[in-house]
Amino acid sequence: MKVELSDIIRRYGEAQALRGVTFSHAAEIRALVLIGPSGGGKSTLLRLLGGLEAPDGGTVRVNGRELPAHEHGLHAYRRMNGFLFQSFNLFPHYSALRNITLPLEVVHGMTPEEAQEKAESGLRRFGLYEHREKRPFELSGGQQQRVGLVRAISSKPALLLLDEPTSALDPEMTAEVLDVIKELNEEGQDIILSTHEMGFARAVADHVLFLAEGKIVEQAPGSGVFDNPQSEQAQRFLSRVMQY
Amino acid sequence: MSLRAASNSSKTRWFLNVAAALLLLAAVVAFFWFAFTSLSYTWNWERLWDYRKPLFRGWLFTIFISTVALVASVALGILLVLGQRSGILALIGLCRGYVELIRGTPLLVQILIMNYVIFAESRNSTLVGIIALSCFSAAYLAEIFRGGIDSVARTQIDAARAVGFTGPQIYRFVIFPQAMRRVLPGIAGELVNLIKNSSLLMVISIGEFTKETYDFFSSTYKGFEGFILLGFGYLLLTLPVTYLTYYLEKKFRYES
Ligand SMILES: Nc1ncnc2c1ncn2[C@@H]1O[C@H](COP(=O)(O)OP(=O)(O)O)[C@@H](O)[C@H]1O
Ligand SMILES: [Mg+2]
Repeated sequence: MKVELSDIIRRYGEAQALRGVTFSHAAEIRALVLIGPSGGGKSTLLRLLGGLEAPDGGTVRVNGRELPAHEHGLHAYRRMNGFLFQSFNLFPHYSALRNITLPLEVVHGMTPEEAQEKAESGLRRFGLYEHREKRPFELSGGQQQRVGLVRAISSKPALLLLDEPTSALDPEMTAEVLDVIKELNEEGQDIILSTHEMGFARAVADHVLFLAEGKIVEQAPGSGVFDNPQSEQAQRFLSRVMQY
Repeated sequence: MSLRAASNSSKTRWFLNVAAALLLLAAVVAFFWFAFTSLSYTWNWERLWDYRKPLFRGWLFTIFISTVALVASVALGILLVLGQRSGILALIGLCRGYVELIRGTPLLVQILIMNYVIFAESRNSTLVGIIALSCFSAAYLAEIFRGGIDSVARTQIDAARAVGFTGPQIYRFVIFPQAMRRVLPGIAGELVNLIKNSSLLMVISIGEFTKETYDFFSSTYKGFEGFILLGFGYLLLTLPVTYLTYYLEKKFRYES
């Protein structure tokens, strides 16, 4: 993937979530990882990159194409992406299977048979097939997130955007979800991920952005930000999260 | 040893519970017994039996009125919510104003105004009564519906947008089904209110259950038996619906 951000501004009322974010890169990126303290702007940037909302200023380009500023164009762009948030991704009134087939039918125009086949093969692949008729409340947090992942990737998204996908999970479930993400990425799925799992970030990242107070404080390819943080802010953040 | 202690204490608790229940029952019976004996009243259930036809007709009429009013008030309630979400300022103001006006004034006053002012020319007081009840309940249902829609979490709408649903699809597949589960207990609760509130329609001489019972009371020179029947008659209607409400609440609570 190719991501270019020029002077992105995003406000929520009085608060400035992003205050002038500029970024471009030369080498190919398959996993872009956003790290930084809470409130730094990671989620906001992911929402802009995925087309859930538009910036108040600046332009976002993904794979050479400038993202539209209006809901109509944004919706068309958003359909091409997959999302996974921290929690409550699934619709509680539908079964795991229906959570996956409904968007495939309604948004991506598949027939019910195609959608069913697609969804079942995804569920089978990640060991969720026997849970297909369960409602989300009958699944563990880790299973819910994996079903959410199957849903997100079953439409073959250009970008898979993951906003702290394991922050609500215990360590064991975290591992089972991160395994899936890593596997998908290794197969060639482009991902943009925000996370507090520094070990995972380091393992998977082609490029890391350290965001704080609505700005990119530091960025580097590979594990550069972890190995050799330049700014005092990043050093302090990393030493704090690595402490345990 | 510990097992026996446990069964002992549960036996004691059972005994205490039964004793308390008997004591309370005795107190309640004593209360009513004194209340009625102080009137030096002789019970006569036979004349109630003789009057059974109009009483039963009144009871059925109460069911009819309440059911029709429920359907009408659900429809009007939906319109009131859609009006409040229309984005048209005048319409929002009108719907809000209506809800506040209805909720802020007594139903009895509304019934009197409907009957003697707004529909003063109307001969069909049953229709007027149903309209009054529907207008009243619609305001409460509108608030229940509004709460139901608002209770669909921001995160669900986000998830719906993230899978690529359009605005109408979000309403159809996510907001309505989830809001529906949350408002069903409220609708059932409103039916209980409608059944009870319909008794006020006796003031405009509609032959519903309370009116018929009151007629029995006056025509028999203070037949108190009627009021006992009246209480049970309403409970027979409201208790099942109340339990339905509990059931619906429990059924849908854990699912989201
Ligand atoms: N919908 C919103 N309404 C108001 N403020 C928001 C909203 N979303 C984010 N913010 C604010 O924007 C800033 C950045 O938030 P966010 O992007 O969620 O950071 P992060 O994901 O790094 O924790 C925070 O100060 C947050 O309070
Ligand atoms: Mg966040």
